[in-house]
Amino acid sequence: MSASDVLVRLSSLGKDFDVSPPFLNRLLEREDRVLLKAVDSLSIDIPKGKTFSLVGESGCGKSTVAKLVVGLYRPSRGSIVYDGIDMPTLKTQADVEPFRKRMQMIFQDPYASLNPRWRVSDIIAEPIRAHRQITGKRAIDQRVAELLVQVGLASADGVKFPHEFSGGQRQRISIARALAGQPEFLVCDEPTSALDVSIQAQILNLMTRLQRQFALTYLFISHDLAVVYHISDFVGVMYLGRLVEWADKRTLFQRPWHPYTRMLLDAIPDLELSGRQRSPVAGEVPNPIHPPSGCHFHPRCPHANERCRNEVPNLVRKDTSEVACHALLENRLPEVTVTGEPADVGSGG
Amino acid sequence: MSEARSNQHLLSVENLRVEFPTRRGTLVAVDRISFHIDEGEVLGVVGESGAGKSLTGAAIIGLLEPPGRVAEGNIVFDGERIDDIGYEKMRRLRGNQIAMIFQDPLTSLNPLFTVGRQLTETIRTHVSIDERKARVRAIELLNEVGIPAADRRVDQYPHEFSGGMRQRVVIALALAVNPRLIIADEPTTALDVSIQAQIITLLKRLCREHGTSVMLITHDMGVIAETADRVAVMYAGRIVEIGPVGDVIKRASHPYTRGLMNSIPVIRQDIEQLVQIDGSMPRLTDIPPGCAFNPRCPKVFETCRTERPELVDVGATKAACWLYDYARRPGAGSTT
Repeated sequence: MSASDVLVRLSSLGKDFDVSPPFLNRLLEREDRVLLKAVDSLSIDIPKGKTFSLVGESGCGKSTVAKLVVGLYRPSRGSIVYDGIDMPTLKTQADVEPFRKRMQMIFQDPYASLNPRWRVSDIIAEPIRAHRQITGKRAIDQRVAELLVQVGLASADGVKFPHEFSGGQRQRISIARALAGQPEFLVCDEPTSALDVSIQAQILNLMTRLQRQFALTYLFISHDLAVVYHISDFVGVMYLGRLVEWADKRTLFQRPWHPYTRMLLDAIPDLELSGRQRSPVAGEVPNPIHPPSGCHFHPRCPHANERCRNEVPNLVRKDTSEVACHALLENRLPEVTVTGEPADVGSGG
Repeated sequence: MSEARSNQHLLSVENLRVEFPTRRGTLVAVDRISFHIDEGEVLGVVGESGAGKSLTGAAIIGLLEPPGRVAEGNIVFDGERIDDIGYEKMRRLRGNQIAMIFQDPLTSLNPLFTVGRQLTETIRTHVSIDERKARVRAIELLNEVGIPAADRRVDQYPHEFSGGMRQRVVIALALAVNPRLIIADEPTTALDVSIQAQIITLLKRLCREHGTSVMLITHDMGVIAETADRVAVMYAGRIVEIGPVGDVIKRASHPYTRGLMNSIPVIRQDIEQLVQIDGSMPRLTDIPPGCAFNPRCPKVFETCRTERPELVDVGATKAACWLYDYARRPGAGSTT
């Protein structure tokens, strides 16, 4: 992918959280500082106009990445290059502001992310006012009404309060607010996880339509692989703060390489009723404060050997995927083409 | 319905109606539903939030929060009515004959007692054995649900267990006295996918081994597809379709079930837009007359707006939809 196509480039991005005991305890009990590496040297390129998804189980650091990208957290290491500019190096508010306008975030919980005391029109107008994009009450009202219609609500809904809406409608309000500043990049952190399936379909359809209409770029965070398959162009799989594999979605879902990706795909309940016997991988995600040495996945991996226990694998290109796995390099991984695909779908990727 | 014991259902619910009296009138949260569960069978109950599936479970086990109450209908377990038996009798039935697994394993365990104490207490409430034997049984149970080093972990507190392990403990608690029916309310919803797969596999294995019947309440069709024998689809407090899981998932009859199935994204299926059901489920305060789904239904016609459809046989399943009442649907007589 050439540099001009890339909107956001994360390189060796890292974020540590200090989870040490209080200072006095450390002093008296002679304990060291404890750092939790929530994100550990993560590098991805998000191409313009596309959807890049990060998947993983709770605690894998995917939401931390979302917050780093929009600047809610300051990275401990690495860079976030947005359209050629390294964001964390910008110091003054005046430098940052032009970039802030261009990105917005949609949060998971539509009940917590809307101020219950504000009218919907004020919620949506806030970014417009903050960025002074339009001035004059009438012009703003008109813009808000337009946004409400764009997300499938009525323009008259602006005078209502958030509690008058259902979960799905609230998520539409969140989307309208995100669109208000006319951004080009949306970071969506589990935008449909709190919604019922029929509502989820409405929101996903809305997001697809808006992406086409406004040429938006999405960073999409989710734990639901089916949703990710539906909405993404590229998918990255995270495990305990590290990216273990990424590829375009068809390759990733049809020829997964990393044992963790394979395990995730195998764990999805089967709607096809094939009667397939699954062999769920034993064990659970370890405590991220004391992650396993070497490859984080080795205690649960059926292909682990001595090298996996000691040495951190780097992302290596394999066909069209990038995979961080020693077993793959040493040709110890059996090739797997995922079965159970609907018969009417061609080989795709 | 209570003649020959051989063809009797383990649990049968008839015309169950759960109401919540409020200042602004009575809300009907579960509206005249009927279903049954046979010995050793897994019945999935699926629906969106607010469809009344959890309340149905709570009504069966007598745990409806006041002012909620069973206003109509009866619940028969093993040939006896259990909806009007009073607190003490119900308490003895709970845990002994019918057990419940809740969604959040952390809130269903007491944080102040060790896992072992909670297990032995449950066992000794229902079976008269001494403390030591109960402890042995507790360790056995923990082993059975796949907790490693059970003899050591039996003395640990719930906070020392991870989410998946806690849910295993809860399952051990439910199985403690070999109940005949387990009501599992969203048992895997709070868990990650890989852990969810482990818990589903465990539940399936245990129920097969013990011959336990399960009422599995969930919003996740995938979990139902993997686990249930039959499935009941609920919408706005009513059962809209019920039947063998394969028929409901692959050949859904009710427009709601069909819409629900189509709105689930499927891996390796490339489509630009998902099929969506417009609108959302009505609130309990304004359930429309007739079929509750009629404002969102693509096939709605006049009868749907005025009269409530009952469940009728459609192939292998039953669906509550006027489309299948050939005398009532528009163009009656034609076969379209």
